[in-house]
Amino acid sequence: MHLFPAANFTYPNETQLQWSLLIVLYPYITGLVAGAFILASLERVFRVEAVKPTYRLALLTALAFLLVAPLPLQLHLGHPERSLEMYLTPHTSSAMAMFGFVYLWYLMVVLVLEIWLDYRRDIVLLSRSSKGLLRIIYKAMTLGSDNISERSLHIDERVGYIITLIGIPSAFLLHGYVGFIFGSIKANPWWSSPLMPVVFIFSAMVSGIAAVMLLYMALTKMRHRVISIDCVDAIAKYLFYIFIIDFSLEMLDLIHRVYEADESFRSLDFMVHTSLWVPHVIIQILLGTLVPITILGATQVLPLAEVVRKRMYAIAGCLTLVGIFAMRWNVVIGGQLFSKSLLGYTTFTLELGSRDGLATAIVLTIMPLGILYVLAKLLPPWPQNETT
Amino acid sequence: MNMNRRFFITLTGAAAIAWEHVLAGAPEASPNYKMADHWWAMLIDVDKCIGCGNCVRACSVENNVPEGFFRTWIERYQVDDMHIEDPLVDSPQGGMHGFPQRAPGTGLTGNSVKEFFVPKLCNHCADSPCTQVCPVGATFTTPDGVVLVDEKYCLGCRYCVQACPYGCRFIHPEKNVAQKCTLCYHRITKGLTTACCEACPTGSRQLADLKNPKDPIHEFMKLHSVQVLKPQMATGAKAFYANLDGSVR
Repeated sequence: MHLFPAANFTYPNETQLQWSLLIVLYPYITGLVAGAFILASLERVFRVEAVKPTYRLALLTALAFLLVAPLPLQLHLGHPERSLEMYLTPHTSSAMAMFGFVYLWYLMVVLVLEIWLDYRRDIVLLSRSSKGLLRIIYKAMTLGSDNISERSLHIDERVGYIITLIGIPSAFLLHGYVGFIFGSIKANPWWSSPLMPVVFIFSAMVSGIAAVMLLYMALTKMRHRVISIDCVDAIAKYLFYIFIIDFSLEMLDLIHRVYEADESFRSLDFMVHTSLWVPHVIIQILLGTLVPITILGATQVLPLAEVVRKRMYAIAGCLTLVGIFAMRWNVVIGGQLFSKSLLGYTTFTLELGSRDGLATAIVLTIMPLGILYVLAKLLPPWPQNETT
Repeated sequence: MNMNRRFFITLTGAAAIAWEHVLAGAPEASPNYKMADHWWAMLIDVDKCIGCGNCVRACSVENNVPEGFFRTWIERYQVDDMHIEDPLVDSPQGGMHGFPQRAPGTGLTGNSVKEFFVPKLCNHCADSPCTQVCPVGATFTTPDGVVLVDEKYCLGCRYCVQACPYGCRFIHPEKNVAQKCTLCYHRITKGLTTACCEACPTGSRQLADLKNPKDPIHEFMKLHSVQVLKPQMATGAKAFYANLDGSVR
């Protein structure tokens, strides 16, 4: 006999949701960073030549999003002016306290250094050829290192390779760590899972790869150049395989929960069938996962024309980004919709104009694209031998 | 100014009264209190709670708790043989104003319906998850076993609210920092009991010092079955419940 809670009861202090849309955005953005970097490393470390046209774009995309990544966290704090305390007096047992160090490591040691090494030759040449303010900017960006002899560039290449090698586990660390922040909360059965960091890593790769693929296709189109079909074919292939691993992990988690059916199951099951039905089942699993996997799978096995494949990749990429956003939403918001008493539920109201509301989230989503535009102007990521 | 003896005596009296007021606003010195000599806990006898709400009101006044939030609250449970795992629970305004009688037809109708009240507060866990997750150490455990929040240091990141399995924490709507029961630390370090214990008319709540061998809690725990809430959370909870029903969450 199936019994639902006799009445909807939440603890009296559970009337407000603690983490809102900005905390949904935070793992989404860091996921894009990690995924974009992994795509870049495919070319650098694993020598996948086909994805070379996206190498620099992926790095700049990762940097643009990484620069924005701390803002959602900063804006949701009750006292943003005290956030520096996390660096100065971190509490070592806190998963959240490590954010600053993981972030700085990834930003300064991995991403900025790799981009600088990769672009150093271009920066030096641009500092010589440009004039006015741009010349000063490029001069500053050389950091006083204007030796572009063959030997010097060879050293750049070797060091860059090593940094990418370090960067891959660092990208895993960055996003696995974000998953750990949620997965280590034993008070919340929706979050508490050792699989959470792993699922976050693979979903990050999926979203980052899809984002760079879409950006590459859109920006190439806007620049009236030809999209390299070999490149997008290769990216779509990796996206497809990683997506399958990601989906398998999520399904493993789901099946485990359903079969084990512990004390929280009835509560969570009820939530998934009511308030989370649309964002979780319809948007995340169906539209955001099964449909793009099917589309990508079809492109792998069916002999389709180039133009059809490109369109299918574009559709699959967009749905993937929506699906991964829904996944973040369902983790963060879904994890707060039920009471820790497991006897009741609450609702989430999206505010528009508040500090952590929809308007701020939209600005923070657009901001990385603006940064990417400036970065791409300063450091053009396009291959030199592109066909028009 | 013309100061005669009569005026001087009047002025001295007024100054003495004014000084009393100054002292009343200043924290009282507690020179004999040694933190290392205490390990505070709370003992709650569920059978004695009548759901009057005195404790919630006293806490609210004593600690200036913002409206709509609770450092302590009371839950009313109704359980029958068909709802051991799904009890009927309510806590209107944290039980602050007591519990109105249920409207006819809104309660359980099984064969063995029973009803009881469960006071809740921070469990002042020895291994508190809220302390563990605080990114700056603004939440900390005192040497005498009380979990406190440094309001001048708290970032308002809300991670501790998420980490507390018992729903004891909230974000102060004006101060934007985490708040919770302090076990009336300002009182117990001066030899007083907590506001909720003092206001409880039936003695359902008892402040207990586990390091004091003469504390009645030791005798009580020898003779009674005592539990903690959600023992599977392994938080080292120090809110001990006597006569706690298994349906309580």
